[in-house]
Amino acid sequence: MKKIWLALAGILVAGGLWVIGCSSPTAAAMKRGELIYAKTCLPCHQADGSGVPGLNPPLRNSPYVNGEPAKLIGIVINGLSDGVQINDEDYTNPMPPFGKALNDNDIADVLTYIRNNFGNKATAMTADQVKAGRK
Amino acid sequence: MLFLSKIAIAKKYNKMKRVEATVVYMRDTFLFLLPLLLCAVYLSSCNSSDSGNAGSAGAATARHDSLKLPDGFKSITFADSVGKARHLAVTSKGDIYVKLASLKAGKGIVYLHDSDGDGIADERSSFGDYGGTGLFIRDSFLYASSNEAVYRYRLNENGIVQQTDRPDTVIKGLIDRHEHNSKSLVLDRHGNIYVNIGAYSNACQTTDRVKESAGQQPCPILDSAAGIWQFKANGINQGYHNGTRYATGFRNVVGLDWNEQRDQLFVMQHGRDQLFQLFPQYYTAQQGAELPAETMYAINEGDDGGWPYIYYDHLKKQKILAPEYGGDGKKTAGEKAIDPIMAFPGHMAPDGLLFYTGTMFPEKYRNGAFVAFHGSWNRAPEKQKGYFVAFVPFKNGKPSGDWEIFADNFAGESTISAPGDAMHRPCGLAQGPDGALYVSDDSKGTIYRIVYTGK
Repeated sequence: MKKIWLALAGILVAGGLWVIGCSSPTAAAMKRGELIYAKTCLPCHQADGSGVPGLNPPLRNSPYVNGEPAKLIGIVINGLSDGVQINDEDYTNPMPPFGKALNDNDIADVLTYIRNNFGNKATAMTADQVKAGRK
Repeated sequence: MLFLSKIAIAKKYNKMKRVEATVVYMRDTFLFLLPLLLCAVYLSSCNSSDSGNAGSAGAATARHDSLKLPDGFKSITFADSVGKARHLAVTSKGDIYVKLASLKAGKGIVYLHDSDGDGIADERSSFGDYGGTGLFIRDSFLYASSNEAVYRYRLNENGIVQQTDRPDTVIKGLIDRHEHNSKSLVLDRHGNIYVNIGAYSNACQTTDRVKESAGQQPCPILDSAAGIWQFKANGINQGYHNGTRYATGFRNVVGLDWNEQRDQLFVMQHGRDQLFQLFPQYYTAQQGAELPAETMYAINEGDDGGWPYIYYDHLKKQKILAPEYGGDGKKTAGEKAIDPIMAFPGHMAPDGLLFYTGTMFPEKYRNGAFVAFHGSWNRAPEKQKGYFVAFVPFKNGKPSGDWEIFADNFAGESTISAPGDAMHRPCGLAQGPDGALYVSDDSKGTIYRIVYTGK
């Protein structure tokens, strides 16, 4: 009887972790995301995510980064060539498409990293979300 | 206090056996020293945070207005918080007009006046409902550009624009595809206006800034951008159809000026970005940060700067075939492209060029070139570079020595890792009727007035 209770408790804990794991970033995803960020995103968006005034948008305090996941995923996959306005500032450099250079996991991890770094606090992203964004 | 405690420990120690005593002594010493150690750590952290505060307070004062200048020069904040101050011009009476990149309180041109002659503006007003970069005064007209058009305002005998809401549209319909859209401009003394139309691309790849995307052959952008166009200064509603592509193959020129001695157009080109990110097989991160050069050209009609097919390597002193067009960082090319007359380290972003024709500054500076370097972003993760005004000495219309830093410390920090760290970013340059040099800052909107006092 005791064993059953123990098993049940174990399942409950595991289930709780699974639910939390769904929306908050795992350390492994953050680590992978950080590496992808350094190689792919940092040259333009800078080490602290502050971007370049007038040219490359900042990734902190940005409605694009912290907002609707599907829109953000779309920008990474397809790029952006029309310039954007964020918090009343215009940014003119194009964002190249990374849909080919990065796979679903890469994009999920790097976005999880960006959404939970530079002062951001948003849900983690999954490869399934990215996959859906490619359609 | 410390001395008395040591005596007490020594008394206790004498009563014990040697081995036991050693252990107890060590324990007591540790217990005694621990609070001291913690206190020391605490104090040292206090000290470091104190010195940190002092440092930033010092830097804040320095940022306010103490540019680092050669001996005998002084800088004064002529005005601050004017907006994103791009190019500027000084009237014959010493008033200043500044073009703003984007509107401030709905206006894009700021007028500054110093009524009491203390070297600081005490009156300001603004007009024009468009953002942009270019601004130049020739004779009795003020020319200003949006990112697709050039407008002209008549100046009255006091050098003031009276009809601020009714400019002539001199040129319109210039291409603006966001990237490199500054339409900087200058006039010669023969009734012509020269406008930069920057390339809406980094290196004319099929897909801009994407790894392994090939260069387009021929590059279709060159038809309507990546060059300097010439128009009539007194024309109305001109467009591509009645302008002349005066020079081609210049990726993006923001700083440009007319050299009176040579009666010739001089430009500063922003070199291409991302050699390392796009072609890591040919370039190290360090090479990508340093290359290619930012370049100064003396231009004649019909000249070709070579973009996008080549770039200039200031370390090798050669024109190198761009990797998008089969280059590997070593192959030279561009025999038909002109050579720069001066080359600077990469990515520093030369946004202002001015030939100094005044007499206030010492002999060395006369007819030489000042270049405002807006500061790099493209060197990350290496630390950034630029954020200063450089000087190139000239003799008989040619550089007579290497470039040097003239005015430094705009950024207010010694190490800039991202442009957002910089307090001020120099952009435009202009010369006052008394020979003072004015520098604009498009980050905090400061207008600096630099004078020579000899002291």
